[in-house]
Amino acid sequence: MTMAHALNAGLRRAMEDNPKVLLMGEDIGTLGGVFRITDGLMKDFGAARVIDTPLSESAIVGTAVGLAMRGYRTVCEMQFDGFVYPAFDQLVSQVAKLRKRSDGVFTMGLVIRLPFQGGIGAIEHHSESPEAYFAHTPGLRVVSCSNPHDAYWMIQQAVTCDDPIIFCEPKSRYWEKGAVDTERAGLGLFDARVVREGRDVTVIGFGSYVKTMLRAADAAALEGRSLEVIDLRSVAPLDLDTLVASVRKTGRLLVVQEAPHTASIGATLVAELTRECFYDLRAPGLIVSGYHVPYPISRHEEEYRPSVERILDGVDRLFEYDV
Amino acid sequence: MVTDPISLLSPEGELLTHPDYVNSLNDASLFSMYRDMVIVRRLCNEATTLQRQGALALWAPSLGQEAAQIGAGRALEPTDFSFPSYREHGVAWCRGVPPANVLRLFRTVSSGGWNPYTYNHALPTIVLANQMLHAVGYAMGVQRDGADTAVITFFGDGASSQGDALESFVWAASFNAPVVFFCQNNQFGISTPVTTQSRVPLAERASGFGFPGVRVDGNDVIAVYEVTRTALERARSGGGPTMIEAYTYRMGAHTTSDDPTRYRRETDVELWKHRDPIERVKALLAREYDYHRDSFAAVDAEAEAVAMDLRRDVLAMERPDPITMFDHVYAEPHPLIDEGRRDLRELGLTEVLP
Repeated sequence: MTMAHALNAGLRRAMEDNPKVLLMGEDIGTLGGVFRITDGLMKDFGAARVIDTPLSESAIVGTAVGLAMRGYRTVCEMQFDGFVYPAFDQLVSQVAKLRKRSDGVFTMGLVIRLPFQGGIGAIEHHSESPEAYFAHTPGLRVVSCSNPHDAYWMIQQAVTCDDPIIFCEPKSRYWEKGAVDTERAGLGLFDARVVREGRDVTVIGFGSYVKTMLRAADAAALEGRSLEVIDLRSVAPLDLDTLVASVRKTGRLLVVQEAPHTASIGATLVAELTRECFYDLRAPGLIVSGYHVPYPISRHEEEYRPSVERILDGVDRLFEYDV
Repeated sequence: MVTDPISLLSPEGELLTHPDYVNSLNDASLFSMYRDMVIVRRLCNEATTLQRQGALALWAPSLGQEAAQIGAGRALEPTDFSFPSYREHGVAWCRGVPPANVLRLFRTVSSGGWNPYTYNHALPTIVLANQMLHAVGYAMGVQRDGADTAVITFFGDGASSQGDALESFVWAASFNAPVVFFCQNNQFGISTPVTTQSRVPLAERASGFGFPGVRVDGNDVIAVYEVTRTALERARSGGGPTMIEAYTYRMGAHTTSDDPTRYRRETDVELWKHRDPIERVKALLAREYDYHRDSFAAVDAEAEAVAMDLRRDVLAMERPDPITMFDHVYAEPHPLIDEGRRDLRELGLTEVLP
């Protein structure tokens, strides 16, 4: 099944499991969402549980907060990554802080679904990677799925989590198929996954880049280099145990992300893993990222986005430290 | 069109008639609202004193707004849910929140202060208008529960310019949410006059969103009570949202950090002193209902005692152990929380310091 279908099935199951689960967003009901992630859910669960909202993102999140105070769990769809910023205030000032402010009385069990990353030839504001803004905020958690199986399970785990989750969906992978085991989740929501074992370099990424990293690993293997590919899955908090074990083994670290590297997830990964693995590292951790420019016109996005070639170039640079 | 503010009690303490609203309060209820207002003003002044003495970091006085807050607060049923901004000390009093709990925020021993579900009163919200969307969401939950509950949210003339305020109006209208938007127009957002926020009386905005807006004399506790009660009942019975603009005046500073002499005329303050919300009820009670000096003195004595209790409770509030900064950030385990706790312990920074 496709990732889009898996998310749909996961949301459906979450709604069946708990009558307090609601969906809110722009065009998610009658239309089924611009990406059709919520297709058919309004028909089956009714307009009281699948809510087509006015076009105001701050209100989608702000009312989800009020619904949470009344015992509901709302999955909010931000139509595109670049449209989450009007809701930033509610997310940072309220969603992230209300549990603390209420001494644990208020449970902000809500999910913010965010189609993110580029690669779909879109116009401005439709291809952003804002994960670091949220990862930086105490009180929030940020996760990203990279395949249909994880999409199916992670969205359900996010709904049942008592903390607010920013759920990043790589929109360029919505229509790619993969096997989904509907019996077993396999991993927890905040676990990283070693997708491919290797000896020479640990390559860490998330969302659409897991597939890119695997392609790079195939290409590197032809040159006799063995890449260990890790799907981060949980962007915040980091599953450091899994990451540290890998970097200690390989001695080399490469992070792949679409966001610019300044104050990014990659920057944090390099800092944390350098601290934890300092004496095992054979080279400084490197980041292959987007450039420090607004996400470019999509005619330039292939040059902007980390590619297999740029990942392999990063691997080469890591080996240059070998003497 | 919104006409003159609805008024049922003149500044001189004479009962007035209005085609849509009638005073339903008997003398005992009126006296008890008088008592509430006197106590809340006394508590407010005690808090200002505590701040001046260094016992509070800050205080936001509600001076002059007692009728708006007690009138609205007393109109609520216990099961109704209220969402304050940060100056609704009178509403908190009506909801039963212990005054000392209100001051925990200003004593900086908490960012909240009470259990919202104990009093059906949400926590102070300092970022303007954020709470208005929470109120609408809560009201949407009430609708789904089929509950006989109304929701009220408080905001000011300054907050009325926030996007969240306007979005909350749109949503409440779209979903016919059982919510009352209670604006205390105290005429200033710190120094910014309401004329900078709006070219029309704020209550007029409501009609553009598709629900009624009512302008009430915010210094008239009877009118505020009746108007709010009617709006809450309308919400409970499926009539949808109402906006109330309580036209009042902030007699004190924005906060104890503010100096209002820099931006408003003393003559205006003098004018509003003659419209004092407490004096007019006292005049009515004395003239029409035969309350005597002893009754008023008893209220003053009670207010003094409550204020002294507040002082004692506030001064007894100690700084919580710094390790508690890690409590309740997340519901579920988080490695950075564990790391922070460990760090503070290793640094020996976890004892309560005097």
